[in-house]
Formats: sequence, C-alpha cells, structure tokens
Amino acid sequence: MVESQIIPDPKSELPATGNGRGIAIGKTDSLGITVDSASFSYAGLTLFRNLNATFEAGQTTCLLGTSGIGKSSLLRLIAGLVRPTSGHVLGSDGEPLSGRIAYMDQRDLLMPWKSVINNVVLGARLRGTSPDFGRAHEMLRAVGLADKIHARPAQLSSGQRQRVALARTLMEDRPIVLMDEPFSALDALTRHHIQALAANLLRGRTVVLVTHDPQEALRIGDQIRILKGSPATLGDPIIAPGATPRDPIDPVINTLHHELLAALGVSNSPDNDFETGAAL
Amino acid sequence: MKALRFIVITAGLILIWQVIVWLTAVPPYILPGPMAAAAAWVSNAESLVFHASVTALEIVLGLIAGTVLGASSAIAIILFRPARQWLLPVLVTSQAIPVFAIAPILVLWLGFGIPSKVAMATLIIYFPVAASFLDGLRRTEPGWLDLALTMTGKPRRFRTLIHIRIPAALPSLASGIRVAAAVAPIGAVVGEWVGAGAGLGYLMLHASGRVQIDLMFAALASLTFVALIFYFAVDWGLRRALPWQPDQFISNNSED
Repeated sequence: MVESQIIPDPKSELPATGNGRGIAIGKTDSLGITVDSASFSYAGLTLFRNLNATFEAGQTTCLLGTSGIGKSSLLRLIAGLVRPTSGHVLGSDGEPLSGRIAYMDQRDLLMPWKSVINNVVLGARLRGTSPDFGRAHEMLRAVGLADKIHARPAQLSSGQRQRVALARTLMEDRPIVLMDEPFSALDALTRHHIQALAANLLRGRTVVLVTHDPQEALRIGDQIRILKGSPATLGDPIIAPGATPRDPIDPVINTLHHELLAALGVSNSPDNDFETGAAL
Repeated sequence: MKALRFIVITAGLILIWQVIVWLTAVPPYILPGPMAAAAAWVSNAESLVFHASVTALEIVLGLIAGTVLGASSAIAIILFRPARQWLLPVLVTSQAIPVFAIAPILVLWLGFGIPSKVAMATLIIYFPVAASFLDGLRRTEPGWLDLALTMTGKPRRFRTLIHIRIPAALPSLASGIRVAAAVAPIGAVVGEWVGAGAGLGYLMLHASGRVQIDLMFAALASLTFVALIFYFAVDWGLRRALPWQPDQFISNNSED
C-alpha cells in the first residue's frame, strides 16, 4: 500500500484558479477498487452481468457512457448503496469498501436548515463523533468559501453550494471518492473553475467520477473508461496526455474529445467505425 | 396593509350582521345586533375575560399535549417496526371515533374541570399532528439518506433520524400544528358544553339558559377572538422557528 503524504496548506487561497498543483487535503492510504463478477438488475433490466473491473489506486477514473447505460448504478454499487445480485465489490486490499468511501452527488444535497460549516461536519455528527471544526474551516478555505461558514445554503449560488458539497466530501477524508455527475448542474464557467479545483484537491485519492461529458472526462480524468452495451461492459482505460486539469482547447485533447464522442455514438461522421450499439 | 385588511374584514362582517338585523327585524332574543352584543361584552367584561382565559388555557394545554403525543407517535412509528403495526391502527381509530361522541365519557372520567377539556383538545389535535409529521418523516429526500449511509458505512437509524429526517420533516409537522391550532378550540368548547363550571362554552350554555342572547354572542365573539389570536401566534412562531423553509405565500405577496 502506498502512503501518499499530503500536507494541508492553510494558505492555499483562490483555489478556483486551478494553478495550485498538488494541493490535496488530508492524509490517506491509497486504495483501489475491484469489481469482481458483479451482476445487477434494475427495474427488470440486467445492467451488469459478471462485470469485472479494477479502478487503480490514486487515480481519477472518469466513467463515460450514454444515459441509462448504468454509470450511476455502477457508482452506487461501489458506494454500497445497492447490492450486486451476485459477485462482489471490494477494495484492492480485499476488504469491503463500506466506511472507506466518500460520495458526491449531482445535487449538492446540503441540508437547508444547517449552516455551511454544519453541513461540512455532517459525517461526524452522523457517526456520533465530535466534529473537527478546525479541519472543516480548512476545507472551506480550500474551496474558497472561508467567509461563508455561517451562511445558510439558500444564501449561496449553485456553484458555491457545490463547492460546499466538495468541502464536505473532502472532510470525510476517505481514500476513495465517488462522484456522480458532480458538476453537470452548473453553468459552463463555474463548471470550468470547479473542475480544476476538484482535480487539485482530490489528487492522490482514488476517484471514480461519472460524467456524460467527454470534455469533463478529458479535463480531470487520469483515465477515461467508457461503459457500453446491455448488459454493460467497461472499456479499456483511455489515458490522455498531460496532468489534470487539462486545457480543453489543447488540440490533442480536442482530437481525443472527438474520438470519445464518436465512441459514444454521438458523431455523425460517415467514417465512424466505432460500435454505437449502446446508444439507446 | 395586513392589519388594515383585517380591520376592513372585521368591520365588513359586523356591518353585514347589523344589516341582517335591520332588514329582517328579528327580535333581539333570536339575533341581537352587534351593538347589543358589544354592550353585553362591556357589562360582563370581567366574567368574559375569566371564562376566556379558562378556555385559552385548555387550548394551550391541549395543543401542547396533542403535539407532543402526535409527534412522538410519528417518530415511534418511523423508528420501530412493531410500532408501525400497533400504533398506526390506533392513529386511524383515534380519528374514526367522533370526539363529540366520547366527550360525555371523558367528562365522566376526568370530571367537570380543565382535564377533560384538555383531553378533548388533545384527542382532536393528535391525528393531524401525527399524520402530517409521519408523512414528512416518510418522505425524506432519498439522496440525503444515501449520503448519510456513505458517511456512516452502516445504517445509523437513530442519528440519521435526529440529524436528517426529523429536521427535514419539521415543515410538515408545522402544517400539522397549524391545523391543530385551528381545530383545538373545537375540542375545548365541546368539552365545556358537555359539562363544565367555567369556560366560554360553559358561559354560552349558561347564558342561553337564561335567555341572555346578547351575552351568548359576546361570548361567541370572545371565542372567535381567542381562536384567531391563537392561530396567528402559532403561525408566527412556526415561521420564526423554521427560517429555512421557503414561503411561497409570503414571497408572492411581497409587494404589498
């Protein structure tokens, strides 16, 4: 097991600029994910049959796929929110993942009656441990919301709320972070900033991020994997060059973007030789 | 603006009352005019205030007891599976028996004093409070529960209830309490009709027996006043207690 030493940096200001390389908060042991011949059905539809997959420790893997293909279901399987009908989802150490994952949804899922800081320490409250408010402050500073700690979620913009959700996710300090389209409800500019912020803050953790947006996958994914077919199977990792967060305007990234779109069956180019069967 | 509207509505209703008296020329022992009722109110002010305070006390105690019982039943039903099977039928039965029908029994058991009226008010309040709170507790945002589960690793029903489900259901509880505040006076007054030594309901029966119809109307006006004060106080308190709850009704009328 690799010990990744990460130093909390209280002076890390303006993280949304995306140039703060290597900022990650907390200390965590790297832990990969092994999906071992897992089967799962939802509403009578077999989404996965004997699915095997591994997600490498310390890497951000972006899961791409058309809607309804089972991206979120795979994430929920890993999160332990649903159980596979057969097979297992385990850590790379062979132990179950429960208690070792942090989950972030497309919706911020902030409790409207709690202040920002109390939302961030929700996990400790639910576990019955005393919340570490100092660390919560640090997390909020890292996402650039140090001045909003006592605000109610309703007083924040949607981008700010999602940053609070990110701070809450980091507060959990889990080796594995699962994100279900975490930025898809945001406007393009806010999304661009928060992607860079997340890429920097989550570095060193094992991240599985579900997205329908190839550009997002290219921007923050160390690896990109396409989920397709019914029952769905996971494609081989696609690794884009350069460190995250990548610049979407980079021509190499742009070319990859087109290839990913084609692989998802979106392209209408006549020489498209990718299989498009997954697009329902 | 709100106060002005209230005054206009009140004045309008009193005017209609007066007009009906003029037009129909009914004798005062059937329908006294508002002036006669007001005169009766003034000459019996001390007695009316005393009886009104008794009724108000019954309503307050009934509201507290009914809310506590109703809310704790809802929590018990959510928390414990056996409670669901045993308490839910009780909840429904409590509503199936008309409170009016058991009022004499309650007076027989609890006497002519305040306790039987508090019991009546409690019974009438119990169901709306329990039902609406239960409804709120059942409909917790599933995303919040999923989030909680990923944070705790294993289900923590009690802490999830305290930190997520109960706060999330408070707006539903508040609507139940609003309904309760509106119906609580019914319980108290019915109890007083069946058998009491004090209270506005008692005073109305008493006045009716002596053909003091103007006093009856003065008592009725007092009861209306108490009930309204009560409802608005509860409504105001609930709004203050749940500041995060978006209030469409207010924001739609913010230009007033």
